[in-house]
Amino acid sequence: MEEVDVEPTTTPIPGFDSNQKHLGFVWGPGDILVYETIYKASGGSAGGCPFVHEVRKDEDIYSPILRKLFNESHHIFVGLQRIREDLPMYHVSSLELIWNLCEVLFIDAAPAGSLVLHLLDWVRLHKADVDEKAREVLASESPAEHQAYWDVVISYVLQGRMDEARQVLVKQAALQPAARVMFKLLDNLLMKMPIFNPGETQTLTEFDVKWRHWREEVDHCLQDQSFASNRHLEDICKILVGDEDVLLEYKELLSTWYHFLVTRLLFSHPTVKPTELHYYAQVLTTTLYMIQKPLDSILLAAFEFDIHQVIKDCSIALNNWWFVGHLTDLLDHCKLLQSHNLHFGSNLREFLLLEYASGLFTHHSLWQLAVDYFDHCPEFGRVYLELQIERVPLDTERKALKVIRICEQRQMTEQVRSICKIMAKKALRNNRLGSALSWSIRAKDAAFATLISERFLQDYCAKGTFSDLDLIDNLGPAMLLSDRLTFLGKYREFHRLYGEKRFSDAAKLLLSLMTAKIAPHSFWMTLLTDALPLLEQKEVIFSADQTHELMFCLEELTSGKSVPTPDRPMQVLGYTPPYPLSNVCFPFNLLIHCFIICSNLYSCLARG
Amino acid sequence: MDGINAKYVSKKISKTRWRPVSSSSLQQPDIFATGSWDNEDNSISIWSIGENGVSSMDDEFEGDPQLLCEYKHNGDVLDLQFLDQDRIVTASSTGAVTIFRHHHNSQTLSVSQLWERAHHYPCNNAPCTGVVCNSPEIVTVGEDGRIMLFRADQEGVLRTIEMADSSAIHAVTFLRTTEILTVNSIGQLKLWDFRQPGNEPSQILSLTGDRVPLHCVDRHPNQQHIVATGGQDGMLCIWDVRQGNMPISLMEAHTSEMWEVHFHPSNPGHLFSCSEDGSLLHWETSSNTDTPSLQGGRNTSIISRSAIAPAGGNQSLINAWLTGDSSKGHLETTHMLPSQMLSVNSLDVLGQCLVCGTDGEAIYVNRYVPI
Repeated sequence: MEEVDVEPTTTPIPGFDSNQKHLGFVWGPGDILVYETIYKASGGSAGGCPFVHEVRKDEDIYSPILRKLFNESHHIFVGLQRIREDLPMYHVSSLELIWNLCEVLFIDAAPAGSLVLHLLDWVRLHKADVDEKAREVLASESPAEHQAYWDVVISYVLQGRMDEARQVLVKQAALQPAARVMFKLLDNLLMKMPIFNPGETQTLTEFDVKWRHWREEVDHCLQDQSFASNRHLEDICKILVGDEDVLLEYKELLSTWYHFLVTRLLFSHPTVKPTELHYYAQVLTTTLYMIQKPLDSILLAAFEFDIHQVIKDCSIALNNWWFVGHLTDLLDHCKLLQSHNLHFGSNLREFLLLEYASGLFTHHSLWQLAVDYFDHCPEFGRVYLELQIERVPLDTERKALKVIRICEQRQMTEQVRSICKIMAKKALRNNRLGSALSWSIRAKDAAFATLISERFLQDYCAKGTFSDLDLIDNLGPAMLLSDRLTFLGKYREFHRLYGEKRFSDAAKLLLSLMTAKIAPHSFWMTLLTDALPLLEQKEVIFSADQTHELMFCLEELTSGKSVPTPDRPMQVLGYTPPYPLSNVCFPFNLLIHCFIICSNLYSCLARG
Repeated sequence: MDGINAKYVSKKISKTRWRPVSSSSLQQPDIFATGSWDNEDNSISIWSIGENGVSSMDDEFEGDPQLLCEYKHNGDVLDLQFLDQDRIVTASSTGAVTIFRHHHNSQTLSVSQLWERAHHYPCNNAPCTGVVCNSPEIVTVGEDGRIMLFRADQEGVLRTIEMADSSAIHAVTFLRTTEILTVNSIGQLKLWDFRQPGNEPSQILSLTGDRVPLHCVDRHPNQQHIVATGGQDGMLCIWDVRQGNMPISLMEAHTSEMWEVHFHPSNPGHLFSCSEDGSLLHWETSSNTDTPSLQGGRNTSIISRSAIAPAGGNQSLINAWLTGDSSKGHLETTHMLPSQMLSVNSLDVLGQCLVCGTDGEAIYVNRYVPI
């Protein structure tokens, strides 16, 4: 397994002289990044080259025609995972050729008798030029004298299309009334050629007998020299008995070794069994035609019923994994692949699908198709998806939403979180606090929601007003996502209540923010300072109990800790201090002062 | 599902729009425009399904869309509208707003006008997410939370509403000639009146429950206060903007984001919605029949909840939308596309024709929508 199957292809890097310089490289998911190192062949170091080259293996993935193929086959692939669908016809001829042959040999698994007929169909499907030529000939003034006339007749015979051959022969017969008997004889032979009909109750043996009988008749005509006067008719007759030398003469018309193979089988061994196919194929390829193209070795492997070799050869010959992945998947569904376990644990079908899907993922647009393929790779699909999905570039919110939806549907919560965090951070950088919050809600990310609330509160402390009121005023149940967010919403509500002069409600809310421990300690100073205008109102707003609570909070704040001085200006609530204050104790002294005033007030009230 | 075939176009389609037909003619629409997204080279394309299309070798289906012309587009096409018979406005992910002109004689497209940084952040570009026109005025919205007002053939900006929204605005529609409605990613509908100066909306509506991001909005063609929205949770909401600040009815529609919702322009008893879950639903209200009308395709029953009873409104069709159940009318939904599809990003319906585009790089056209 360690030897190299084929010579690896070399890709020259433009502007790079391999004699002088060395290349460095690094693997990407579907490509290689290549750069010139500073190494110089003649010692010392050279100046650096500023270019980094990206070498892509799979060019097909960027072809618009093949993209249609990928999308259509994806649609079909997804359907196939649930039920078996009709096989599609693809518009790429070699792939079609291989695919159809695999259908005939592996999927339909035609038995002896029908096998040759199916193979004939397969050949006819891929040799459309005969009909074209025939049309041209028949459309001409005098078809029988057309230079391609006999080519058409013989091609039809070689493809086993006797009725068409006879129709065209009639033209020649009309021209030569003297040879009418000869033409009639050949016409008769062609008409009587037995064709195996799987539907009838005729057994293979019965057919074989009939066929041999017919062949003898043809041979008899040959021996009799019945067609000696017309070389073409004689050739046809020799073809009918499977004369190999004559077949060889018409090598050009047959054009490919597999056409030759099928034709030979038709006229020499029409009851060939599938297991015997490879013998005839091998003989052909070693003696008569040379195997030149990768396509030939793939087809040969198919005739040998070596499925794994077919897959292997396809993998080497073709640019991307599309064909091989789908073919293997299909074969797997038909239970034709033994669980061929590879070294790293997954089976062949999964390996190929993973390769195909990974290739798709590198495409800027086709990555969405890859997701479904990963879904249907039970062992490693999920892991591959988890790793790949985070690398999809997210330029717009809409794209991010689609990626997140894919992750959510597969319970990939880590990836959801990470993508939402990326988007939220981006939004924060652009000062879009509403968007950032929206992403945190999607990810249920309490930590980030806290971060955003801190930003709001910082903005408030710096500017003295809230930004984005449309957001904070309308938080709704999202408020509960994090304590800090709840505090933000409630704090804003406090300001609203104050603005509407609903002082007692405002006071109650303010107090609850501290006593219920929703407010962060760092903000308590601000809150207590907010309480000042309420304390200073003529009308008594805080009840005795409430005042005591406030004092308790103040005490808690100052016990053993340094008092943080608030940044925000005092003018926010329309409060201007009536007397000058020293920096250090401001507004601490003030607070104590006010509280003392109030508690004196109450004591008076209580006494009085 | 008769009469609907896929046309694979080698790029993901973000928007499809019919070219408007003049109201006097009874013709069915035959030209539509599409915009692509997520491609290295995005483009806008004009297609024809009529006889004036150029036939090509491999498309044998009658009415198969034929490509008339195409033009490169910078960035994803996030929204697309016909300004008039010859001009198309697009909203780009680069923040640009472009007017393309379609030259009928030569079947070519050219750029007629471009506002390159219509939507932006302080340091980079911000995607422009929605555009709506009332020729010659064009209103655009973007992820930067701005609303921009332009006039075709006039350079510069007519009006900017700065900081209209602290979150991304996803879609916009005209309510009246001077009023628009926007939806954003924290689930709010905002009404804006251009006659008022300043940057405040005249009204804000939202659900009391979870603030689900809203992605699409459409106004009832005849009743200007009835509006449909769809959002991240795939629910269809019908609102009456005159009353309260809550939707009139909520209906479960799709299993993931609803990208577009459209009332049929001439038969508003029909509504269409499409979603990330790959389905396109045809909603039909029929108040006069006792038996449900057969649509073909797959029928699903809908679950609806009425938030509050509608106040007044004596048209039975409107009631059917508002109540969303069969007490006053009958509401039926039909799936219009085969299953197992990637996201349907956009749809448009005019006359009897429906066109939609998907992430499976396919366009579907149905010329016999039962309405």
